[in-house]
Amino acid sequence: MNTVVAKLQRQFQDYLVSLYQQGFLDNQFTELRKLQDEGTPDFVAEVVSLFFDDCSKLINSMSRSLERPENVDFKQVDSGVHQLKGSSSSVGARRVKNVCISFKECCDVQNREGCLRCLQQVDYEYKMLKTKLQDLFNLEQQIVQAGGAIPQVNIN
Amino acid sequence: MGMATESQFHVLAVDDSLVDRKMIERLLQKSSCQVTTVDSGSKALEFLGLRESNESNDPNAPSSSPVTHQEIEINLIITDYCMPGMTGYDLLKRVKESAAFRSIPVVIMSSENVPARISRCLEEGAEEFFLKPVKLADLTKLKPHMMKTKLKKESENSAKEDNAVLKHEIRKEEEPSVIEVLPLHQEVEQEPMLSNNKRKAMEEVISTDRSRPKYNDITTLV
Repeated sequence: MNTVVAKLQRQFQDYLVSLYQQGFLDNQFTELRKLQDEGTPDFVAEVVSLFFDDCSKLINSMSRSLERPENVDFKQVDSGVHQLKGSSSSVGARRVKNVCISFKECCDVQNREGCLRCLQQVDYEYKMLKTKLQDLFNLEQQIVQAGGAIPQVNIN
Repeated sequence: MGMATESQFHVLAVDDSLVDRKMIERLLQKSSCQVTTVDSGSKALEFLGLRESNESNDPNAPSSSPVTHQEIEINLIITDYCMPGMTGYDLLKRVKESAAFRSIPVVIMSSENVPARISRCLEEGAEEFFLKPVKLADLTKLKPHMMKTKLKKESENSAKEDNAVLKHEIRKEEEPSVIEVLPLHQEVEQEPMLSNNKRKAMEEVISTDRSRPKYNDITTLV
């Protein structure tokens, strides 16, 4: 029994569970992990990477749309929020998704200030999640390098 | 029977979101399907070989094969509803309007649960409506729809063989329906053996008038 591996696996499990408990991730992330196997070991990392790219791009374009108070393109902002909500929902990025819900409400009533606050929040949340998941993937990598298997973690 | 060497189902997935395309692709692969992904409805039509000038209206175009230089067999189209330009609903309509492709089952995905939208899609001919995010478990619903087209294709391919088999089966069908007429009083016992077709045949004979040969005459045919 390789105790180094066992220790790492334990660490990984605890960390992943904490991400769910703190609301960073939801059940959809579990679904995402199900799609990864020996043939596609980087699937989750690839998809979340695409998601973070999406976040960055959409946040930038929404920021531009919200920039001038006298000329806000709420249609564009709404489209951006819709896309962000969709992809965050697809990967299980719970906090990001929840901000999008509030964001949409501000957009619907054309509340520029509210939109700006939500934009800031969504930026914060996606970056926070990015850091957390990076830590998770690092743990995964360490397990694999130590010759161990990634544990199946069941979240209730 | 003419079994295709790659008996995998081929699914065409349409979604403007890159993240969702990656997801649906992997979901389908995990469900043992071959997948082609495109990012718009118009690209989907292009892939199928349906160009803007709808050649399904062309009387000279063969209705049973795709009007394209490629031999593409698609067993299912799964598409997002909300897409810029051509929506999933528009794509659904175009497919169902096409003589060549209307038999392909179409499934719509949407992140929004709008009952009016759902019924509209189902009315237009969509087989299923999935709420996003789509899960592995959802895809098990697709197999029966894809099986229909697969079986249809296979039966078309081995048409001659099937015709011969079919004729033989029809003859077999006819005989029992004549025999069944005889033991009317034992009808109840016979019931489990009767298929709907046979039962119907029996009822038809019973309801015809007396000019028909009497039952004991028929027995001699046995």
